Amino acid sequence: MNLKEKLVSSFMAFEDTVDVHSSVHDIRTEAIKTFEAEGFPTKRQEEWKYTSLNSILKHDYSVFPKHENDLEFKDVKKYFIHDIDAYKIIFIDGKYASHLSQTTHDGLDVCLMSSALTKPKYKMIIDNYFNKIAGKDSLSSLNTAFSYEGAYINIPKNKVVEKPIQIIHFSTGNEAATMLQPRNLIIVNENAHVQIIERHQSLTDNPVLTNSVTEIFANKRAIVDYYKIQNDRQSATLIDNTFVNQKQESLAKVHTFSFGGKLTRNNLNFYQNGERIDSTMKGVTIIGDKQHVDHNTLVHHIEPNCESHQDYKGIYSDNSTGVFNGKVLVEKLAQKTNAFQANNNILLSDKASINTKPQLEIFADDVKCSHGCTIGQLDESAMFYLRSRGIPEKEAKALLMFAFSNTVLESVKIPEIKQRITKIIADKLGVSTGFDL
Amino acid sequence: MSKYTEDDLREELKTKEYEYGFYTDIESDTFPVGLNEEVVIAISKKKEEPEWMTEWRLEAFKAWKEMIEPEWANVKYEKPDFQAISYYSAPNTKPKYDSLDEVDPELLATFDKLGISLDEQKALAGVAMDVVIDSVSVATTFKKTLSEKGIIFMSMSDAIKEHPELVRKYIGTVVPQKDNFYAALNSAVFSDGSFCYIPKGVRCPMELSTYFRINQANTGQFERTLVVADEGSYVSYLEGCTAPSRDENQLHAAVVELIALDDAEIKYSTVQNWFPGSAEGKGGVYNFVTKRGICEKNAKISWTQVETGSAVTWKYPSCILKGDNSVGEFYSIAVTNNHQQADTGTKMIHLGKNTKSTIISKGISAGKSQNSYRGLVQINSRAENARNFSQCDSLLMGNDCGAHTFPYIEAKNKSAMVEHEATTSKIGEDQIFYCNQRGIDTEKAIALIVNGFSKEVLNKLPMEFAVEAQKLLEISLEGSVG
Repeated sequence: MNLKEKLVSSFMAFEDTVDVHSSVHDIRTEAIKTFEAEGFPTKRQEEWKYTSLNSILKHDYSVFPKHENDLEFKDVKKYFIHDIDAYKIIFIDGKYASHLSQTTHDGLDVCLMSSALTKPKYKMIIDNYFNKIAGKDSLSSLNTAFSYEGAYINIPKNKVVEKPIQIIHFSTGNEAATMLQPRNLIIVNENAHVQIIERHQSLTDNPVLTNSVTEIFANKRAIVDYYKIQNDRQSATLIDNTFVNQKQESLAKVHTFSFGGKLTRNNLNFYQNGERIDSTMKGVTIIGDKQHVDHNTLVHHIEPNCESHQDYKGIYSDNSTGVFNGKVLVEKLAQKTNAFQANNNILLSDKASINTKPQLEIFADDVKCSHGCTIGQLDESAMFYLRSRGIPEKEAKALLMFAFSNTVLESVKIPEIKQRITKIIADKLGVSTGFDL
Repeated sequence: MSKYTEDDLREELKTKEYEYGFYTDIESDTFPVGLNEEVVIAISKKKEEPEWMTEWRLEAFKAWKEMIEPEWANVKYEKPDFQAISYYSAPNTKPKYDSLDEVDPELLATFDKLGISLDEQKALAGVAMDVVIDSVSVATTFKKTLSEKGIIFMSMSDAIKEHPELVRKYIGTVVPQKDNFYAALNSAVFSDGSFCYIPKGVRCPMELSTYFRINQANTGQFERTLVVADEGSYVSYLEGCTAPSRDENQLHAAVVELIALDDAEIKYSTVQNWFPGSAEGKGGVYNFVTKRGICEKNAKISWTQVETGSAVTWKYPSCILKGDNSVGEFYSIAVTNNHQQADTGTKMIHLGKNTKSTIISKGISAGKSQNSYRGLVQINSRAENARNFSQCDSLLMGNDCGAHTFPYIEAKNKSAMVEHEATTSKIGEDQIFYCNQRGIDTEKAIALIVNGFSKEVLNKLPMEFAVEAQKLLEISLEGSVG
């Protein structure tokens, strides 16, 4: 039985256990039909031209992992941004881990998707928001069909959340291979402000496939600052589908730091449903070995006077491959749009490769859209400059790479994250920089 | 060739002979519509082709039958019915009109704007001309100069007969029969085309463009061009014409193959101004072309194109940079107006060491048109020190058109340097205001700005065509600004 058949048949067992009579149930049934019809994406599809899931899908994943809860905080402390006070929503093998978490209902909801989906008091919100912007592609549909657990965050009007929210998904690897499908719903109401950090982490070398969907609603003048830290083990695969719906004058920023994992695919989609919206998506990718990172972004400019900024940097060594597939779509109505897209890459090895496809689709005339994309090496003269001043080669290289990534790092608002990222990069490059960026 | 100017050309054209028998005279007949093996064999027979050529065509036809028409291009059109086309019609030797007065005045007005001489106008519009019997006809002079240098330049059908060894050696080596749907169709049924061979170390003394323009006959809808530049040779070739061509054939599926051997250089320029359909988007030519060149060591291929016509254009002149130190260039202006759709760009495949490629693409969309750039830059793992620079700029005029960019960049070598940049903008009101202020009306101002925008590409055209192409841009965009 291949994975697709397994998933479809497990769904039959699963659907009787959850929300049999609600509207969510209909959404699930619809979604599994889509998945059944389309199956997993293949390289024949334009969007998946450079990323093959074949080697990933051959494992026999357990779809409903057994409940394990014996993780102690000290064992996993290093995966937290622990030096700051934060709300925490922690999952172990897809199940909520209350002893590691810190949730709240006091003035804002930082809690669980499972309770939002089942408790009657959330019904209206679920009806209004759940699966409203998530894609109808096969992987998002698969997640929709199985969506049960994840983070549910609802920030009321005018609330500035004083501390960041950390969402961490651990997989213990108790089973030979695990598939996880977290589903997050984040609603940020008018004038509210929130910072969210998301991380997926496996604790053993057993293969994990995570197919995550996050829906983010940034209402009028809301500010959402979202950080994705992807530094998983080489056995883990992450398919992250994030959908951001923005209302007028809202500001949404997503930073993606991809350093780990066997295969990482980020589908990041912004929909601008209002005027004077600002969307920012930035990313740093530093990978080696046989890693594969694929960034697939979309900014859909629907209304006038909006802006979008994309800045993705990648450094690829060994046998790694990088993909950047960015799309800016400007509708006819979206006059005075400013859209910028940049993708810069450095190849450090002859076996590494990069495939990039920055696309513009423009239907409005009074716009300023540009994209730039480069592939190159570290600047030899800069290297010489550093070496001639007594900096060893490794450190000099690292310095140049930091400088290269700095346009992304400098817009990180939480200093602790910046430090953490700096440290990860330094570890990856095997240097001690002795300074903070 | 620097002394050869537009005036000289005009002078020569006045005295040139129109009917001079470039083609083998075939009785005028047309095949019944439809396509099957018999038709392919019949075409081959009609052209008195050797057996290997017939086999070659049949092979292509077999492959074509298995293929599906591609849909990935960013264009929408009604698919042609391949069984409703007649695949062979002999060149029409009978003039369409008896005098210029019968020709569509709109067409004549355009000729005037382009500055095309009266006699040439007649030729282009298909008007019967008095045969000027001149002992030194321009065309024959050209032919003599070329043959003295050992350059072979003739129609494909003649080449198959006269130089079968050359044709057989090179045809289908760059664009194989099975390359894609339209290339396969073309390989099976191509009616005619041109063959050009430049021997070792010869620098072709004239722009083959000039020669070609004078002799351009209706080569039909499935044209096949093969240009072979032997070691160390140079040739500049221009295809098409700035003058609008009212072609009846709706589907054009041409194949162009360029082969630049060691140290050779080919410069291939295209000006395409086929019938774009009416302002309401009715009719117009579908232009599905496969153009590709291969560069051996130190060779260079340069594609320059000005695309203003056709209802649907689907065209990607490409370079395979196989030899070390080879260079590929692509300069393009694509103008779409009204309901035109263009999906055009290039492929630069870097295989050899120190290969370089440059892509400059300018897209101008007006009216309700859609203009896409689609390009591929591929650096293979053995292509050390490969270098690419791409720039695609789009200019939008009006609020009903679209400009799209789909660049694919694949790098597999760490020493590769690839740069790509694209911008989309409109003509600034301040720019227009500046011109208006200085007494230049809006239409002229736009022409001025568009010319400035396209300059990098226009400069690459052979001199005499650059001037016409510039005017052509103006005409194509006429009335697009309200």
